[in-house]
Amino acid sequence: MTRTDPLDVPRPDARVHFGVFFQGVNHWTVWSDPASGSQIDPANFRKVAQTAERGLFDAFFLGEGLRLREVDGRIHELDVAGRPDAVTQLAALAAVTDRIGLVSTSNTTFNEPADLARRLSGLDLLSAGRAGWNVVTTDNAWTGANFRRGGYLDHADRYRRAEEFLTVARALWDGWADGAVSGAADAPNWAAPDAVRRVRHQGPQFDVDLAPTLPRSPQGHPVIFQAGDSGEGRDFAARNADVIFSAHGNDFDDALAFAEDVRRRLRAAGRPEDDLRILPGTEIIIGATEEEALEKKHWIRLQQVTPATALGVAGLLWGLDLSDRDADGPLPKEDPVVTENDGSFGARRVADPRAVVAEWREKAEANGWSLRETVIRLGPQRGHVGTPAGLADRFAHWVRHGAVDGFNVTPYLIPDGLDDIVNLLVPALQERGVYPAGYAGTTLREHLGLREPLTRRAG
Amino acid sequence: MSGPALRLALEIDGDGAHPAAWRRAAHSPDHLLTARRTAGVAAAAENAGFTLVTLEDGALPPGGASDVVGRIGAVERAAFLAATTSVVGIAPVVPVTYAEPFHVSSQLASLDHISSGRAGWVVGDETAPEAARAWGRPPVEGAQARAREAADGVDVGRALWDSWEDDAVIRSVATSRYLDRERLHYVDFTGGSYSVKGPAIVPRPPQGQLVVIGRPGAVPADRLDVALVGGPDLASVTAAAAAVRAQVPRVFAEVEVALDTADAPAEDRVADLARHAPWADAGRLRYTGSATGLSALLGELAGVVDGVRLHPLVLDEELPVLSRLVIPALVERRLAVRPLAAATLRTHLGLERPANRYATAVPSARQLGEIR
Repeated sequence: MTRTDPLDVPRPDARVHFGVFFQGVNHWTVWSDPASGSQIDPANFRKVAQTAERGLFDAFFLGEGLRLREVDGRIHELDVAGRPDAVTQLAALAAVTDRIGLVSTSNTTFNEPADLARRLSGLDLLSAGRAGWNVVTTDNAWTGANFRRGGYLDHADRYRRAEEFLTVARALWDGWADGAVSGAADAPNWAAPDAVRRVRHQGPQFDVDLAPTLPRSPQGHPVIFQAGDSGEGRDFAARNADVIFSAHGNDFDDALAFAEDVRRRLRAAGRPEDDLRILPGTEIIIGATEEEALEKKHWIRLQQVTPATALGVAGLLWGLDLSDRDADGPLPKEDPVVTENDGSFGARRVADPRAVVAEWREKAEANGWSLRETVIRLGPQRGHVGTPAGLADRFAHWVRHGAVDGFNVTPYLIPDGLDDIVNLLVPALQERGVYPAGYAGTTLREHLGLREPLTRRAG
Repeated sequence: MSGPALRLALEIDGDGAHPAAWRRAAHSPDHLLTARRTAGVAAAAENAGFTLVTLEDGALPPGGASDVVGRIGAVERAAFLAATTSVVGIAPVVPVTYAEPFHVSSQLASLDHISSGRAGWVVGDETAPEAARAWGRPPVEGAQARAREAADGVDVGRALWDSWEDDAVIRSVATSRYLDRERLHYVDFTGGSYSVKGPAIVPRPPQGQLVVIGRPGAVPADRLDVALVGGPDLASVTAAAAAVRAQVPRVFAEVEVALDTADAPAEDRVADLARHAPWADAGRLRYTGSATGLSALLGELAGVVDGVRLHPLVLDEELPVLSRLVIPALVERRLAVRPLAAATLRTHLGLERPANRYATAVPSARQLGEIR
């Protein structure tokens, strides 16, 4: 890729924003290497967050899972699993970091707005304005089996509930006027009597009548992230979110098309098109040379896609139990079985398995690939591989052309998987003028260059 | 009379036990809900030698209109404090009258991981019917019904903590298995008003089970590790302790304290705050007076209970006196113990780490032989 003239691009002042996603359940975090540490030890969360902060990352993200994954009715054994509750873990990290944003993925289906809004608000206060909330929805009764309410939500209602949930949460966050609490011990009241507004909300999903218990944080509200990719999800984001945590981060044209679609939806929702940041999830693999980086990538893929994982991924595609096959042998001869529900949960579904299998067979035969090699090469592709200079050029190009605003990086190793990025890539980006030399402010909203919360703007 | 040395707990919510305590706090009222204030109180308690701090909570504002009406959630504060302290136990109040027990269990297990085994759980009780509106649920009316919710909440929480065996993460490179599903368990809990499938999403807490603390009556005593007992005088505390002793491993007495300071006698300080609001009687032992007198009272309690939870009139005023005069005097006479570094809260309380209810037997020598 050629170096772009920074002045001859749509967004000459654009910069790369980085977040780090400490993954809880996945097979992309390499656990078999001796350098791979505990997924639950608090020291590792601290290490990753502090490294990210040293690299001036905007945010530290945690995901959420509310039931252990299953395949064919049995707990899935191959992936990293077992994680802390996100808001709880982030509240601890608030004490050992100063600037980095702390973003919790929290479900609107299996929480209640008053409770979750208060938890996030507490995180926002303890971190002095660094909290974020990645709003996700679920509809399945399988997850519901862990909750009082059970599986009660129709698919169509999940975004309706999410939107009403957010309305209630924002009303609670806006419930206290700025400066509500007295600055003096001899005041008649601890908080001015009119400064705390009771929230009365009656809607199809929620019936709340409550005095909120928390003041606004320095950033007003937690920053709202959204991660759904459907049309519904994108519209929800255009109406409500500050950041989209997208899945469009591997291919420039795909990323740009997604960004343009989001900007269209933002305009339609009556918001300025620069009102929202797009941060695709990605993996970044760095080598001193292109060749070294590619070698490293292959080593990492072999750790990630173990023989059993390859058989598991192929099994989901074929709709068959392939666990007794040889991953290093040829592809299964059987045709894929297409079922409505294969009994697996929390796994990626394939839209047209027959077409995918046909393509896999053709390419495996042409290249002499084993099943495992085929899964590695043709399974979900992820991430960016290269030298610090090459990656810095590429990312500068992407942000200056408005394809992304940065990336949410998923380290393949815990706790040291960010070290190369912070030590090598960040300086290369800084040299190119697309990465700051220090934090601009103290809040997550300031790091991301966002305006006031949507409900706090002058009409 | 003197028994084993006391463990000392301190309730650190707000500015103190008195509703108007904020008027005598050492900081301005608008600094109460900040990180610095939160960390400062816990650090002072840890340095003073307390074994445990507890953090009151509930869905509704903590006080009436002229009192403190703001409060950061106890679990969030507790997690934050886990990272700013290193020895003291930390127990948030978490009611399960309406909350989702699966979330509560995850939050508390996470707190135990974050604090390396220093977490407890004070099982709360949402008594006000208005709290139900915060949860979108019908009110649970009556002490008995709420106690049933508390029992279910503790049962499902404890079952989920056991749903991962200690060694469920096996990282078997040879078989590509990160987990051993045989060491993960569906809890299949069915209670009075709901069911929970399990297993947990959080691996088993470092302590195996957190220390579960509560008031007998609000929570059935057989669910507790530590019972908090009240009573207006020594005789009633003694009777209350005796009544639950057979069902609960440890009993703590609740004691409200107002102490003489360099600036003012305890009586005057209480009277000063009484101009703004009454200090309502919560049915707890209340001590007003000198540090020496309190030490003597606690010395007497050492023969009756395993520990005390102190509720100071004003944290910023009582805590320095407790730290300088009361606790050293008790420790010197071996009437109270300071917690040790690198130990769990269970260890500090002399409680064993419980075996996992689901744990499968350790492989026999024969099986190991087969592997070899």
